[in-house]
Amino acid sequence: MTTVQDPAAKISVRAVRKVFPLGGQEFVALGGVDLDIGDNEFVTVVGPSGCGKSTLMNILAGLETPTSGLALVDGREVDGPGPERGVIFQQYALFPWLTVRKNVEFGLSTAGVPKKERRERADHFIRMVGLEEFADALPKMLSGGMKQRCAIARAYAVNPSILLMDEPFGALDALTRVRLQEQLLTTWSMERRTVVFITHDVDEAVFLANRVVVMAARPGRIYDVVDVDLPYPRTEELRLSPEFTELRNRIWRSVYHQEAGRPAASTPSTTTA
Amino acid sequence: MTATVTPPAGNAADAVGAPRRRTTGDGDRRRGLVLNLFAIVLGLGIWWALALAGLTIPTPPQVAEKAGQLWSSGLLQKDIAASLARVLTGFLLGTLVAIPVGFLMGWYPIARGLIEPWIQFFRTIPPLAIIPLAIVLMGIDETPKIFVIFLAAFLVCVISTFQGVVDVDRTLINAARVLGAGDGRIFLRVVVPASTPFILVGMRVGLGSAWATLVAAELIAAQQGLGYRMQNAQLYYDLPTIFVGLISIGILGLLMDRVLLFTERRLTGWQERR
Repeated sequence: MTTVQDPAAKISVRAVRKVFPLGGQEFVALGGVDLDIGDNEFVTVVGPSGCGKSTLMNILAGLETPTSGLALVDGREVDGPGPERGVIFQQYALFPWLTVRKNVEFGLSTAGVPKKERRERADHFIRMVGLEEFADALPKMLSGGMKQRCAIARAYAVNPSILLMDEPFGALDALTRVRLQEQLLTTWSMERRTVVFITHDVDEAVFLANRVVVMAARPGRIYDVVDVDLPYPRTEELRLSPEFTELRNRIWRSVYHQEAGRPAASTPSTTTA
Repeated sequence: MTATVTPPAGNAADAVGAPRRRTTGDGDRRRGLVLNLFAIVLGLGIWWALALAGLTIPTPPQVAEKAGQLWSSGLLQKDIAASLARVLTGFLLGTLVAIPVGFLMGWYPIARGLIEPWIQFFRTIPPLAIIPLAIVLMGIDETPKIFVIFLAAFLVCVISTFQGVVDVDRTLINAARVLGAGDGRIFLRVVVPASTPFILVGMRVGLGSAWATLVAAELIAAQQGLGYRMQNAQLYYDLPTIFVGLISIGILGLLMDRVLLFTERRLTGWQERR
């Protein structure tokens, strides 16, 4: 199921398979995935558990290697993590012994940025996520939502062109989640990046994305791809609009009523917002 | 965005520069101290009562008097200095070797495979059982005593350090990797701080174990030291001196433990506890 490579694609996934050994047997986490994502696109990946969406993200992040197939970023094969790809984890993964500021500075000091500039850049992104009052606080003093905002600032600080987000708001309460979604879009509109956002929440997937990729399990594969032609900036009212509801229902059916045997959707063309 | 700050239970005072101060009242702490004090007085009272009731033990004043004598003769200070020197030398050497070895075992599977069987084997032998061997091999001066204390501290601390390294959250290592950190930086900036709590707990337990080995180590033809003094007193049925030795060992052990506990709190106050 190979398609002609789209030269404009920021991220290209080509026939990626990932097989894990599982008690003497093989578990096919990804059974041949093809996907192109354009520059500055906001793509959400939604699907039931076990559909391999996190595996796909780990492969893009360079934390796992595909069993076969290729993952390309800017036309180059992914070989380990890289500074052009920032990753945001569901469990925040803040270094608990470092203050908010030191956490945000971590990637910058790794890159050898001088102290003064490091601090300025860190403070800029701390302000961007609204944590300036907590710059010197340790993570244990922060709520879940604040921790994730700190993690977002930390990922942004190294100036990646791609943000990979693995169910970043999955552990938060509904209200905090909605606020963070809006804040993420505001941030994204100010600092455009290519975003791949994994979620199991259909509302979230529709609200954020240019394009929703629906995955199916056993084997993990792309089941459907839906363009979301709703204008940015997206507001509270949009969530109540008929267009939103229609898209949401369509994707909901796609996620939760996947008929067995239906072939995976062919690789869609790249749409850029 | 609502700033919902979750204050950690109990030890909020540890967080330097934290936006929220401790909320647990000082009253709780004061009540605890009063109870501690009461327990000590009660214990001393029971001891005194038992001594007066005919049990062949000295009364608290007799022990205090003996302590005064030993102190003014300078014997007690010398004994304490000798014992402390042995414990601290053995303990420091033990942890100094244990920490790198524990890191090596946790970080490199090859090192773990080579070292772990020996650690597990020696762990099953009480350090005291090494004493006969230590005397034969090392003579009867300071070396065998310090060696046995070293071994006691080392074995506890090495296991704890190793465990700490193995238990480092994989997500934190991944987070460092995606932020561009290489192996060396991940080790220094993630693995070392993340395993510090384990190391410090290992040090505390190791210190207890070193201190516990002391008296037996001082059975090895010592000329001074708290253990030696007690051994000597046993020959003369000098119960007050034995009590002075026991209480000194207890108090010194407690003080050293508090120092380490304080260090632990300072270094690992970032932990989310309970």
